[in-house]
Amino acid sequence: MLSYDIVVVGGGPAGMAAAVKAKECGVDSILVLERAETLGGILEQCIHTGFGLHYFGEELSGPEYADRFIQQVTEKNIEYKIDTMVLEVTADNKVYAVNSSDGLLEIQAKAVILAMGCRERPRGALNTPGTRCAGVMTAGTAQKYVNIDGYMPGKKVVILGSGDIGLIMARRMTLEGAEVKLVCELMPYSSGLTRNIVQCLDDYGIPLELSCTVIRIHGNERLEGVTVAKVDENRRPIKGTERFIECDTLLLSVGLIPENELTREAGIELDPVTSGAVVDESRETTQPGVFACGNVLHVHDLVDYVTLESYSAGEGAAKYVLGTAPAKKYISTKGVGGVRYIVPQKVNLNAGEDVKLYFRVGRVYKGASVVVKYNGYEIMRRKKPRLAPGEMENVVLKESELAKFAEGGLVEISVEE
Amino acid sequence: MTKNIICVACPMGCGITVEMSDSGEILSVTGNTCKRGDAYARTECTNPVRSLTTTVKVDGGVHPVVPCKSADALPKGKIIDCANALREVEVKAPVKIGDVLCADILGTGVDIVATNHCPEV
Amino acid sequence: MIYDVAVIGAGVIGSMISMELSHYNLSSVLIERFNDVAMGTTKANSAIVHAGFDAMPGTLKAKFNVKGTRLMPETCKRLHVPFRQCGSVVVAFYEDQLKTLQTLYDRGIENGVPDMEILNREQLREIEPHINEIAKGALYAKTAGIVCPYQLAIASAENAVLNGTKVELNYEVEKIDYDENTKLFSICSGDKKIEAKYVINCAGIHSGKIASLIGDNSIEIVFRKGEYMLLDKNQSYLANTVIFQCPSEMGKGILVTKTVDGNVITGPSSIDIGSVDEDLSTNADVLDSVIDAARLSVPEINTRNVITSFAGLRAHSPTNDFIISESEKNPSFINVAGIESPGLSAAPAIGIYIKDLIVEKTGAALKENYEASRKAPVRFNEMTNEERKELIAKDKRYGRIICRCETVTEGEILDAIHSPIPATDVDGVKRRTRAGMGRCQGGFCGSKVVELLAREHGLNLDDITKFGGNSKLLVGKTK
Repeated sequence: MLSYDIVVVGGGPAGMAAAVKAKECGVDSILVLERAETLGGILEQCIHTGFGLHYFGEELSGPEYADRFIQQVTEKNIEYKIDTMVLEVTADNKVYAVNSSDGLLEIQAKAVILAMGCRERPRGALNTPGTRCAGVMTAGTAQKYVNIDGYMPGKKVVILGSGDIGLIMARRMTLEGAEVKLVCELMPYSSGLTRNIVQCLDDYGIPLELSCTVIRIHGNERLEGVTVAKVDENRRPIKGTERFIECDTLLLSVGLIPENELTREAGIELDPVTSGAVVDESRETTQPGVFACGNVLHVHDLVDYVTLESYSAGEGAAKYVLGTAPAKKYISTKGVGGVRYIVPQKVNLNAGEDVKLYFRVGRVYKGASVVVKYNGYEIMRRKKPRLAPGEMENVVLKESELAKFAEGGLVEISVEE
Repeated sequence: MTKNIICVACPMGCGITVEMSDSGEILSVTGNTCKRGDAYARTECTNPVRSLTTTVKVDGGVHPVVPCKSADALPKGKIIDCANALREVEVKAPVKIGDVLCADILGTGVDIVATNHCPEV
Repeated sequence: MIYDVAVIGAGVIGSMISMELSHYNLSSVLIERFNDVAMGTTKANSAIVHAGFDAMPGTLKAKFNVKGTRLMPETCKRLHVPFRQCGSVVVAFYEDQLKTLQTLYDRGIENGVPDMEILNREQLREIEPHINEIAKGALYAKTAGIVCPYQLAIASAENAVLNGTKVELNYEVEKIDYDENTKLFSICSGDKKIEAKYVINCAGIHSGKIASLIGDNSIEIVFRKGEYMLLDKNQSYLANTVIFQCPSEMGKGILVTKTVDGNVITGPSSIDIGSVDEDLSTNADVLDSVIDAARLSVPEINTRNVITSFAGLRAHSPTNDFIISESEKNPSFINVAGIESPGLSAAPAIGIYIKDLIVEKTGAALKENYEASRKAPVRFNEMTNEERKELIAKDKRYGRIICRCETVTEGEILDAIHSPIPATDVDGVKRRTRAGMGRCQGGFCGSKVVELLAREHGLNLDDITKFGGNSKLLVGKTK
């Protein structure tokens, strides 16, 4: 059996940042396990720019952003294994993994950092009626075919869902000579970033139809078209609004799901809203010594925030290994009145630093206020010109503030119009 | 004349209002939350630009294509032309991040550079 | 090439018949219009092995069901096909349905069904804790189970190939001539011709059409469409046995169970759609009605956990029984038609019955050294860590995971691509290995499977299809 102080599951932006930070905090024995052929994770196929503005102050493409961390992993001599799939994380922090050169790996870790990322919701999960022909795939799968393999999934495209990957792929397919006929979105607002609607759709004259969905898939072998319809406020198709659109490709950008199979099997508590683990500010889960960060914890819209969150996890894991983690004295956090969730779900009053609470709202608000309450008493109120489900927000709990709280207390964040 | 634009300089997506005189002179820029927004709004109203990201064919690489971007912003109206021009470009592996794959594309003065490594097979 | 026997249709029935015939000194060919075996009813049905109390005593359905179900455990074990003898319950939800349970029990006794028991509500809840609390009782049949139908067809067809049977795929039979002098059938597709002394018609929903090619218009087949939903494996706690509701005219109603892989399955709807249009589309209103009905059995079923839905066509004969007999037009042409439920359960028994018939006609002898099984497929996911270590030490390709959700290795996919009936497309790999069948539905591994198929078959990525024909996944290079 091998043994490491920290095993990081996943070598994407989250795993690499966590490993780099843990190393900087003084832990030498670190192993990163990555299932793909290279480090970098999903960033390798995200060739558009817009990454790193917050963190690096420049506009990088996905591979460039990843490369900055790959270089650090290399320079800091952090061990990693690619093409390696983790099969199990046990209750006593043992990690089972497999690859073709080492075979089955059994690794005892003092701390484990979960950074497996997320996957896309597939067609089956939507239960869209119709045939099961070729030509229907998730936007991310299409992105890999186009950007890495150099192949086109189709020429006449409809995109269901206006998540960022869908918007990005609308532009990408257009630049590669395809015709994107429509992007339709079930909700009355887009879950993508506004800038992506402008520069991926508006710039190319691609129509975005809100409150609209694909109600039927046509074609026996290859996709021949889709029927779309307007939906009412309960997201039910409205009779009489159906129309057929001829296309050979339907790309789905209908949501991302954190990949928490390992987490679930380890018996770690999951938050039903985020589908990620329940964590504290150091991103430690309910299993001592197991940390989680990045999209496996909750789906982020900006990789810059993934990096920051992963630094917290890396530092937390390092402190755990070095025995310098503060004693636990928790308050919990809860999103109410328009706030869907908050990460972290609990905060250690002994954290010894300011703590950022990240949250998402359930719909679009204009000119509303974010209100923070401690045990029912308002402690903060911030006016926001715009709040949207697609954009993660945060508030900071100052260390001085935390000092006033008592163990078992509750911090609630809500939106007031 | 008033122009309402959405800033794409960063993922914030600020709504910016630009007041212009009849002669096209910019009188005021409001709604932006940073300097980049101000600059973006001014350019967008006079000479809109965008950056281009796409791929270029690689001969003998581990992947058949390598991703690339315009080192600087290109005139918005030339994006499609540049993307089409890059279809005809083929480079030899190995490619490193930052390698110029196509200099001064379509006479714009902007280089197209690789945004990932592509080692030889 | 002149064959002794040509079997038309490589579903589970045709494949099992071919397997049985292949153990005798007979030359035979298995003909299939699609590019793989198990592509019709076999790949989209409930997968249930029925105990045998549904069919009326004296019918072929009753006879072959009970025999087939008796043979199923050994057949699956021998062929390395997943089978779970989990038993079934027919649940009475209302007082007046309790007498139906007794009727079914009595019929089962008459049909020769062993190990049945009528349960009261407490006994039922002990077996099925998530059953609707209004349930009054159930008929419990221990011999019922669930099998992987396409694996059963693939395995038996592979066994036939190992014993010398030729498989002709992409062969749509358009014309059948019979020469009275040579006593040979000519089975034609385009300009291709296969000659055989005997023909077994197992063409499923098209068996009526195939029979009519020799002038036998006695077989009427109606396409009975059934839609299903499959739920994530994490819902597998919802059902332990096969949960039926009391039967109706149109069949056995909506069932809830878990597949051999642990996914919860519910369905089928039952709608007759004529006999022309092979409509395999799913429909929102039908799926809604399936879910509503399923919730009568297990109220906790939630559409949030649906990972996919699909439709299948059953070959329904208005005679309400299987049609297994020599054609009235030609005794060398044997119809095996109208094989709807409990056809899967009956398959092993039908295979043996037809083999006996042909052996009687030809006097063929059992081969001395026939292969009784097939190479056991590697199932990395089901192995212990010790077994995994050993396997990868022997062949490192079993150390590379391709499908994350179902933990399928490159080695397993290569085995499928190079099996006796090679997988040539993405769905073929999926049926043989489960790659792409999990919760992400091929989102991650799909492109890797395409790469492996292209590499092993010497093709480009854009030559690879989802399920043959024009079901291409890609339309050319970007540049």
